[in-house]
Amino acid sequence: MATTSHMFMYSLTIQPPTAITQAILGQFAGTKEQQIVTASGSKLTIHRPDPTQGKITPLYTQDVFGIIRTLAAFRLAGSSKDYIIIGSDSGRITIIEYVPSQNRFSRIHLETFGKSGVRRVVPGQYLVADPKGRACMIASVEKNKLVYVLNRNSQAELTISSPLEAHKPQTLVFAMVALDVGYENPVFAALEMEYGESDQDPTGQAYEEAEKSLVYYELDLGLNHVVRKWADPVDRTASMLFQVPGGADGPSGVLVCGEDNITYRHSNQDAFRVPIPRRSGPTENPERKRTISAGVMHKMRGAFFFLLQSDDGDLFKVTIDMVEDDNGQLTGEVRRLRIKYFDTVPLASHLLILKSGFLYVASESGNHQFYQFEKLGDDDEETEFTSDSFSADPSLPYEPVYFNLRGAENLNLVDSINSLNPLIDSKVINMFEDDAPQIFAVCGTGAHSSFRTLKHGLEVSEIVESELPSVPSAVWTTKLTRTDEFDAYIILSFANGTLVLSIGETVEEVTDTGFLSTAPTLAVQQLGEDSLIQIHPRGIRHILVDRRVNEWPAPQHRSIVAAATNERQVAVALSSGEIVYFEMDVDGTLAEYDERRQMSGTVTALSLGEVPEGRVRSSFLAVGCDDSTVRILSLDPDSTLENKSVQALTSAPSSLNIMSMADSSSGGTTLYLHIGLYSGVYLRTVLDEVTGELSDTRTRFLGVKPVKLFRVSVKGQTAVLALSSRPWLGYSDIQTKGFMLTPLDYTGLEWGWNFSSEQCIEGMVGIQGQNLRIFSIERLDNNMLQESIPLTYTPRRFLKHPEQPLFYVIESDNNTLAPGTKQRLVEDAQSRDGDVSVPPPEDFGHPRGTGHWASCVQVVDPVVTKSVISSIDFEENEAAVSIAAVPFTSQDDETFLVVGTAKDMTVSPPSSSGGYIHIYRFQEDGRELEFIHKTKVEEPPLALLSFQGRLAAGIGPILRIYDLGMKQLLRKCQAPVVPRMIVDLQTQGSRIVVSDVRESVTYVVYKYQENVLIPFVDDSVPRWTTTTTMVDYETTAGGDKFGNIWLVRCPKKTSDESDEDGSGAHLLHERGYLHGTANRLELMMHVYSQDIPTSLQRSQLVAGGRDILVWTGFQGTVGMLVPFISREDVDFFQSLEMQLAAQDAPLAGRDHLIYRSYYAPAKGVIDGDLCERYFLLPNDMKMMIAGELDRSVREIERKISDMRTRVAY
Amino acid sequence: MADKLRTMQNLEAMQARYVGTGHADTTKYDWTSNIVRDSYASYIGHPPMLSYMAVGMGESKEKVRAQMIEKMVRGAGNPPETQE
Repeated sequence: MATTSHMFMYSLTIQPPTAITQAILGQFAGTKEQQIVTASGSKLTIHRPDPTQGKITPLYTQDVFGIIRTLAAFRLAGSSKDYIIIGSDSGRITIIEYVPSQNRFSRIHLETFGKSGVRRVVPGQYLVADPKGRACMIASVEKNKLVYVLNRNSQAELTISSPLEAHKPQTLVFAMVALDVGYENPVFAALEMEYGESDQDPTGQAYEEAEKSLVYYELDLGLNHVVRKWADPVDRTASMLFQVPGGADGPSGVLVCGEDNITYRHSNQDAFRVPIPRRSGPTENPERKRTISAGVMHKMRGAFFFLLQSDDGDLFKVTIDMVEDDNGQLTGEVRRLRIKYFDTVPLASHLLILKSGFLYVASESGNHQFYQFEKLGDDDEETEFTSDSFSADPSLPYEPVYFNLRGAENLNLVDSINSLNPLIDSKVINMFEDDAPQIFAVCGTGAHSSFRTLKHGLEVSEIVESELPSVPSAVWTTKLTRTDEFDAYIILSFANGTLVLSIGETVEEVTDTGFLSTAPTLAVQQLGEDSLIQIHPRGIRHILVDRRVNEWPAPQHRSIVAAATNERQVAVALSSGEIVYFEMDVDGTLAEYDERRQMSGTVTALSLGEVPEGRVRSSFLAVGCDDSTVRILSLDPDSTLENKSVQALTSAPSSLNIMSMADSSSGGTTLYLHIGLYSGVYLRTVLDEVTGELSDTRTRFLGVKPVKLFRVSVKGQTAVLALSSRPWLGYSDIQTKGFMLTPLDYTGLEWGWNFSSEQCIEGMVGIQGQNLRIFSIERLDNNMLQESIPLTYTPRRFLKHPEQPLFYVIESDNNTLAPGTKQRLVEDAQSRDGDVSVPPPEDFGHPRGTGHWASCVQVVDPVVTKSVISSIDFEENEAAVSIAAVPFTSQDDETFLVVGTAKDMTVSPPSSSGGYIHIYRFQEDGRELEFIHKTKVEEPPLALLSFQGRLAAGIGPILRIYDLGMKQLLRKCQAPVVPRMIVDLQTQGSRIVVSDVRESVTYVVYKYQENVLIPFVDDSVPRWTTTTTMVDYETTAGGDKFGNIWLVRCPKKTSDESDEDGSGAHLLHERGYLHGTANRLELMMHVYSQDIPTSLQRSQLVAGGRDILVWTGFQGTVGMLVPFISREDVDFFQSLEMQLAAQDAPLAGRDHLIYRSYYAPAKGVIDGDLCERYFLLPNDMKMMIAGELDRSVREIERKISDMRTRVAY
Repeated sequence: MADKLRTMQNLEAMQARYVGTGHADTTKYDWTSNIVRDSYASYIGHPPMLSYMAVGMGESKEKVRAQMIEKMVRGAGNPPETQE
């Protein structure tokens, strides 16, 4: 039983997947403004494109706990709001709307039509909605098509009919689109192919002659049934359809896109065909045919056009000419099709054109791009090809057409949205000597490949950095009167004086301000309506508006050591441990409270809260003493300076700050006391607004220096700036309102203060050494900073130099010309026609050639130069597949770089003409590589490993150990250890964990005396392993191609037996069990993550955090698995999961537990993503769940956020 | 007898509804064809898997998708000669 499993892990996504699998455009908020809804993995996100700034910002993201396969937007006639239909793996059709007032998605309909899961005959693969919003069709790849009629009832609510069937057995659908027919009966077009006949014909002739047809399905709204209205054969290679506007806007019908051609088809029109222009150039194969891989139709007033993208990334503008009658009126009859080159953008999975004149490119790999249209290519020199010169008959051949590449003319890139997709490999290493490690990843494909550094932090934009005459100790800004919008002075305190600067056009020193310039300052405050106070060790200076000064001197032989102020109150602590309290009178003078409070020790910090709206005073004073306590004193008139509560701390407080901040538990704002300690620890406790009780303390270690806290304002919210060895910002998350503490990507500061001026409304001013810095924080929604270094080809694996901060990336691209071939072609062309240019690959991709491989190994320096510093290309059609750094014992432990390559590899079906293992010597501290020799092996070595001073290589199913010789590698020992193909190797001691491409992992022991490799334990379940890591000596964590993450463990007894001395013979002769080894691994944990894990690593993510399992997924997910320590926590989270899955059922109708158990039952895992949904629930539901669990809302939220913040961001 | 009949009817309903539901006379060819078609439908239906394969093959996702449906038409190849 799963609940009694002895191990549990908390699975949480740190960064959601960034691959966009679906993107739709619509007016989802019900206003004129268009939004973009995207699906990435199980996350549904609504974005707001900002046409004025040319930026896209996410508004809201929801995890639907299901696979989003298709999205469609539709609008009911006469309405101004678009609804969203989701086709998912739930076997249900889901209609949702976006509610802008609450910023969330709300489900309107959920109708079951079939089994759950992604199946051949369960609809969900295709989803199209009638342009007039009257019906939608949802279809499967084979056979099933369902039509739902959408309507509204008398209350203007959306209604959905029961499904109408349009099934056709033994028919496969390639593409589907809804026809634009105006207000006639809705028609859906599908590209279909029947396989019934070819399945019956042993000669194969029927298959050869099988036809692809364009089929129209008409929904008869009067009779309420669907008929197969029209079917006509089209090009056999057709695979995509696009809707052509109909009704008053155009001729209706579809564009059928196949290999090398685009054809216009409609039931009552002639067909028109244009070829897809091919690139011309010396490196292009003139015979290579292009297909359309993405496209978009855009309707403008009275006109429309298509932008279709070929698989090279070239956009073509396609337009349709119509026949005009004698009066120049359009007759609705099509005359010709026109096509011309538009521009080149990265290969898109979806293209969207916004009404505001922007093009959104959801890239297949790499960053998503946001372009602005400069023009529409209407009157340029580009050659246009028309259908007049080409027959519409698909069987007739024609002359191909060519175009010349050029730089972008029509599109202008305005924003690029970071995307890690596809994330191929990653490592968690601390390279920057920060307190927390960074994540290094290789991402992207082809010429859009990159090496990325991910760092936890907020981006800071620096405005001013200026050097001061000496080292200041503190800085403040102040405005002059209460009504001022901006700050007027910057006050700097030095060891022996104070300097006042005025803020204006320029910042310059002023002297006649009334401030005492001969003493250091402890605090500055704008008081009452229009006066200022300066607190210095000898007293308090009250500066009135007319520059008169009232001075309150500190008592004899005592000085002021700490001060706290707000706009009506002042409290100071004297060196004797006394606290003196002042309040502002009605007439604006500062009046001392007649009693002083004697504290038990020296006061180290004081804080007064802000005066709440509509009140005359803050009712609490927080006092921190060197006896490691914080006391809350009352400031109410009837109990002034009386004790309210005490909190004991682990160290003396260095800074205190009472602040009210947004709070997720209450939904409003809550008063918090922030405490910074001398030990570098930061605490945040809730301060009860009535009783002054402190509760719900959360702790975080920030750095080795004492923590200083400052109240700042960022993006309209109150935030806390915490300074230790590096600066941190505490703020509320924009979506969840949960408290976030994130380091700033900035130098360490000694002091900080809020800063507001005309040029910089929400900034901060800080001191670093002798420098004054003014900076601001522009974005709070992204706490992972990325740096990107471009790579040449698709990265496959990478590793770090054993000592130096350098990485070695192996890259290879299939169907791409190697640099040598490219060079030869260019030289040929040059000798023929003189000067020829080759388009830059970063914009236009590498030249392609079927069967060719281009591959290299590159040295990347992510720290100093942040670039690729050297590169070695592989020749003779070799492609790098594996890499390792091996210290060979036989070479005095000198480390060599080992790269495995495959020659003439084809991916599907897998084959090759062997492989090589290349040996390189590190030169110049690893900055250069020197080739030593290469050794031929019979199959590509897909896995290499440094093993006990030698090299272990997985060659097909054989594990082999090599030593380094003078001319080549020397075979020392080998054994067939797995059934299929070794894809990954891990080691500890003399144990090697071998992953098979589809048979999970096998543990192999190497017996040194006997020089044998003996597999002794394997798995009982096939797992198509992608990556593994050894968590400990017995346990291996791994991921598979279906998106599962699992943990398997070798039984203790088997493990011990394998390592016994002299057990070689015993192990070797043990009888195998069911065609495997004698023993089986035990499954410890299993969970479905949807994204394909590409790397797993045991690591820490934050300073002082525990070891966790960090994994990255192919679509750009970064996730983690945290082992639970206590049984009680497991029980709590299990019941929380149950409550959440029941009360807040997943949006698309997939059952949460079944989703996480997609391929095998989830085991030993708590879904953190589901638990974090709790933050986003409405308050009443939070209370209800809290009631069920017998805990308070705050307690539950604290437990959930602790799970994250203790070990990660 | 009634039970047996009902089981039969249920099975027939399943076979009509879900392509690939087996019966006593399923041939090896039927069975492998169904496996092939089910597999390809699953590959194109799971977005991460489709793009994983596309990156491996060095092609665009759309091209790989179309190729896979094309392979579904083929199934497990030509059927065996039927013996009369």
